[in-house]
Amino acid sequence: MPRSVKKGPYIDEKLLLKIEGMNSRNEKKVVRTWARSSTIPPEFVGHTIAVHNGNKFVPVYISENMVGHKLGEFAPTRLFRGHGGKLADKRSKVR
Amino acid sequence: MARIAGVDLPRNKRIVVALTYIFGVGDSRARKILDAAGVDGSTRTRDLSEEDVSRLRREIEQSYKVEGQLRTEVSMNIKRLMDIGSYRGLRHRRGLPVRGQRTHTNARTHKGKKRAVAGKKAPPRK
Repeated sequence: MPRSVKKGPYIDEKLLLKIEGMNSRNEKKVVRTWARSSTIPPEFVGHTIAVHNGNKFVPVYISENMVGHKLGEFAPTRLFRGHGGKLADKRSKVR
Repeated sequence: MARIAGVDLPRNKRIVVALTYIFGVGDSRARKILDAAGVDGSTRTRDLSEEDVSRLRREIEQSYKVEGQLRTEVSMNIKRLMDIGSYRGLRHRRGLPVRGQRTHTNARTHKGKKRAVAGKKAPPRK
């Protein structure tokens, strides 16, 4: 079920504040965040945000198409290396 | 012969049902189209007058996206998800269910027919 329209989108306030500050100063820095559930507002476009995936921060470059999605959608939390057998063994060693 | 939006409609069915053969038109949309065009839904397709057919055709063309156009839109939406590297896009790429369903069992609709896994023992048959 989608979020109530009345409330508006959930955007992590601190993150938005930081990005807006960067926008007004016209600078671009990678911001680390744990706010995976935050919706991406248009203000984020063009920035790179390092989104935590539970293990490390995945750099996500925000493009226009991503507006309206959530940050977490772009930082996968699971790494699937395939099921058993020789092939899978080799693959897991490589990575 | 009633041909609407590039689809031949079945002749022996009532027009409410026949319209649903068009991709993008279901039960409720069929009824709305008929209302807007002022055609009785229970007439058989073969009994429709030429005029009725053209009114239906116009109504569908004006108000709805159907068939090819609709299919392109859907696949463009999926392509967008894949291009921006979102989780849903990844699931589409791998041919796995997109909306959080279990994959331990089932999920055959999206995964397609069962493929044998190399090295996996077949379950004992009774």
